[in-house]
Amino acid sequence: MTAKLLDVSSLTIAFPRGTPVADFGFAIGEGETVAVVGESGSGKSLTALAIMRLLPRTARIASGSIGFRGRDLLALPEPDMRKVRGREIAMIFQEPMTSLNPVLTVGKQIAEVLRLHEGLSAEAARKRSIELLDLVRVADPHLRVDDFPHRLSGGMRQRVMIAMAVACRPKLLIADEPTTALDVTIQAQVLDLLDRLRRELGMALMLITHDLGIVGQWADRVVVLYAGRGAEEADAGPLLEDPLHPYTKGLLAASPRLDARLHYTAGALREIPGSIATAQREPGCPFVPRCAMALPSCRISPPPLEEIRPRRLLACPPTAAQEQANASAVGR
Amino acid sequence: MLENRRLLRVLRRTVLQAVPTILGIIILNFLLLKLAPGDAADVMAGEFGAATEETMAMLRQRFGLDVPVLQQLLAYLSNLAQFSLGQSPRYGVPVSELIGQRLPSTLMLMVMALAIAFGLGIALGTAMALTAGRWPDRVLSLVSLFFYSVPGFWIGLMLIVLFSVKLNWLPSGGQETIGAGLTGLDYALDRLKHMILPATSLALFYVAIYGRLTRAAVLEVSSQDYVRTAAAKGLPPLAITLRHVIRNALLPVTTLAGIHLGGILGGAVVIETVYSWPGLGRLAFESVTRRDFNVLLGVLLLSSFLVIIANTLVDLLHAWLDPRVEVR
Repeated sequence: MTAKLLDVSSLTIAFPRGTPVADFGFAIGEGETVAVVGESGSGKSLTALAIMRLLPRTARIASGSIGFRGRDLLALPEPDMRKVRGREIAMIFQEPMTSLNPVLTVGKQIAEVLRLHEGLSAEAARKRSIELLDLVRVADPHLRVDDFPHRLSGGMRQRVMIAMAVACRPKLLIADEPTTALDVTIQAQVLDLLDRLRRELGMALMLITHDLGIVGQWADRVVVLYAGRGAEEADAGPLLEDPLHPYTKGLLAASPRLDARLHYTAGALREIPGSIATAQREPGCPFVPRCAMALPSCRISPPPLEEIRPRRLLACPPTAAQEQANASAVGR
Repeated sequence: MLENRRLLRVLRRTVLQAVPTILGIIILNFLLLKLAPGDAADVMAGEFGAATEETMAMLRQRFGLDVPVLQQLLAYLSNLAQFSLGQSPRYGVPVSELIGQRLPSTLMLMVMALAIAFGLGIALGTAMALTAGRWPDRVLSLVSLFFYSVPGFWIGLMLIVLFSVKLNWLPSGGQETIGAGLTGLDYALDRLKHMILPATSLALFYVAIYGRLTRAAVLEVSSQDYVRTAAAKGLPPLAITLRHVIRNALLPVTTLAGIHLGGILGGAVVIETVYSWPGLGRLAFESVTRRDFNVLLGVLLLSSFLVIIANTLVDLLHAWLDPRVEVR
């Protein structure tokens, strides 16, 4: 495994009412693509905003640390943090239609980062903006640079957002559901682009998504988040082939797949009964109200994410015990 | 440039729309004024104390008041077509001359008032929004509510009491120190000093309006996704506010400013009276009491011109601020 670039540990984000992210930890290695998967309201975006330290005012980081290149981002003074944002860690958002300022040309919005972090002159920043637009495969970059966002399509705008994000060659790019608002055909192009840039610029990618189809194709490692707690963490291939946590299993069963082994030809996709809202005041495992195999012991305290075998972490003691038994049975 | 062509299109559309508007304003004003009882001859007769039927008829004939209203309107319009606003029965001079003397004073007052209203209002509103819910916001909200609710003439009088009478910092009326014979910079400063109080009294109501409007707009824009994008770039808060928030928050404020111009002109009547400011507002007020309808019509026509020109400027400003404004 490569060296750790980002190391989030026991992160707890608290609002006046409720803690949407509790005791959550994961790591991203240099140049790695890590997918953070979970349904709406599971705390994916909040975690990303916490890394950028851009949480809404009412939110508070109650505990935990966010290590990044040997520093704890949570302990950094705000002016230093501003030097991290956009330069070392960049972020792109779900909604390209509203994420660009409507009254500034895209060129000016890209140039803004360059002038801020690299101290380029207006002219040099403009030249570099055109190069960046070319890098993200925008046609006629020297014309598009003077366009206002409303003249561009959703896919184009997301490319502009990406150009802005990679302008200063960040070490980590956080992409918060970058393709949710886009057409399926454009989705693949944008993800291809992100992956190419990751390789070319040597950055790590934190890909937040609820689309498991994306995970299989683009991620090295997957972190499954349920109700603000880590449920399962593994390399992408093994996780998709052999999901262990009941929630991950449910998610996969609920996803349409071309893969024959997991394709339910017999009928409709299965859904996970209940909703994530039931996890709110659960003292034990947050998935208990929706879990078919819940035991009384699951209701006592939230299970920690533990390594059950190399590179495979799970927060479900009953499943872990079963795996253990299977493994020793095979071993015998 | 593409940008300039877009602005030109906006300009052309506005001018084309202005022509029927102005014609309508002229005819409507004329007919409405004719509905009011009494004319210049009545007022003059009243001032003389007495007049015979013959004198009255002679006066009316001289002022062209003896023919039917429709004919008077046609005569007025044909005058206008020759770029003449007619004569003032009262002063016996062309209306354009009377207005020409007063126009610059009023324009200066209005521009100054608008500048104060805009500048102070936006600053106030932004300050309120950035401290929303905390004590500076509460205090400024109270202050703006106060400006909003007290009448302009009262503010004018109070400002005179405070700054002219008690502190003796600023003159209490007029537009220049009479007989001081100042020149150059001194003269300009003298005019400015005379303008501060009336312009401020005129502006405070609008400061309150723009303040509240800016506060709401800044709060709304601050929660937009692109502001979060700007923060994610690592921009400091001041740059985010200036470059990304205020520019967008200005859009609703400029729209209203165009509408308010007519109101400011109306407010000028009161303020010019309080500060004995020799402007159009006072001229209009005097011509109402004297039934000097030619002058009044001239002032009204010019005011509508001013409002239309100002609206055009606002449209252009709006188009310049917001690239999404296109001619439909």
